[in-house]
Amino acid sequence: MTEFTPYSALIGGALIGLAAVVLMALMGRIAGISGIAGGLISSPSGDRGWRVLFVVGLVGGVALHEILRPETFALREGFPLAIVALAGLIVGLGSRMGSGCTSGHGVCGLSRLSARSLAATVTFMITAAITVAVVRHGFGVT
Amino acid sequence: MKGFAALIAGLLFGLGLAVSQMVNPLKVLAFLDVFGHWDPSLALVMGGAIAVTMPGFWLLRRLDRPALAPRFEWPTRRDLDRKLLAGAAIFGVGWGLAGYCPGPAIGAAALSLRGTVFLEPFVFVAAMAVGFFAWHWLTTRRSATDG
Repeated sequence: MTEFTPYSALIGGALIGLAAVVLMALMGRIAGISGIAGGLISSPSGDRGWRVLFVVGLVGGVALHEILRPETFALREGFPLAIVALAGLIVGLGSRMGSGCTSGHGVCGLSRLSARSLAATVTFMITAAITVAVVRHGFGVT
Repeated sequence: MKGFAALIAGLLFGLGLAVSQMVNPLKVLAFLDVFGHWDPSLALVMGGAIAVTMPGFWLLRRLDRPALAPRFEWPTRRDLDRKLLAGAAIFGVGWGLAGYCPGPAIGAAALSLRGTVFLEPFVFVAAMAVGFFAWHWLTTRRSATDG
């Protein structure tokens, strides 16, 4: 159970938006993480360097926050790793099949008023909410 | 220089995910759990991001090219096809199962800095890479057969 944190949500969100604007302004690329990371597997080798550095920066950003403001929340304990693995597999496959995830469709796509991204975002929000309802309230896994 | 730009963008993105606590899967699940103790924070994260990206992209649309690359790679497709909707539906199931989408899962690897290894993001990202590869394999195999 977590509490509503409107200010940190808005500030963090604005930083994510700024990252997307910076990446487009400098590199001309959409900040969609499944596209950037998935491209490490499917893009030609000359198009991989910036992807690696973006991912390194992403981990570095979380690390920086962890150093500046350590342990702002407690890590989840006891959640079945088998479910985590299954979820990762499904997310990898689904995000590539659907040409994007929360960042590419949910942030960048909605900002461009893309009908494709709106349809994708509504779809994954609905199936995610149904999944949580079934897993948490049906099977009692938390 | 290009690499530095990607690094800075990644850094800002990761910082945003950490500040908004989207690297905490319980925070994400609390948003998706509309029948439980609902935490609407994720909606404000998206809202805060779009509030910056929408005017930012609108301005960039007026430019001929980005600073460090030959062209803007704006997505061009407009059709709603079955692959888009099926992929999004599948993605949502995976997102709701564990509370991770690709960005937070990768960023959460840094949470092991706390001193104890937090295995979840490593397991998730490894499995996600298998999923990426599986889709790549399926599509290249199909196009090889079609060709």
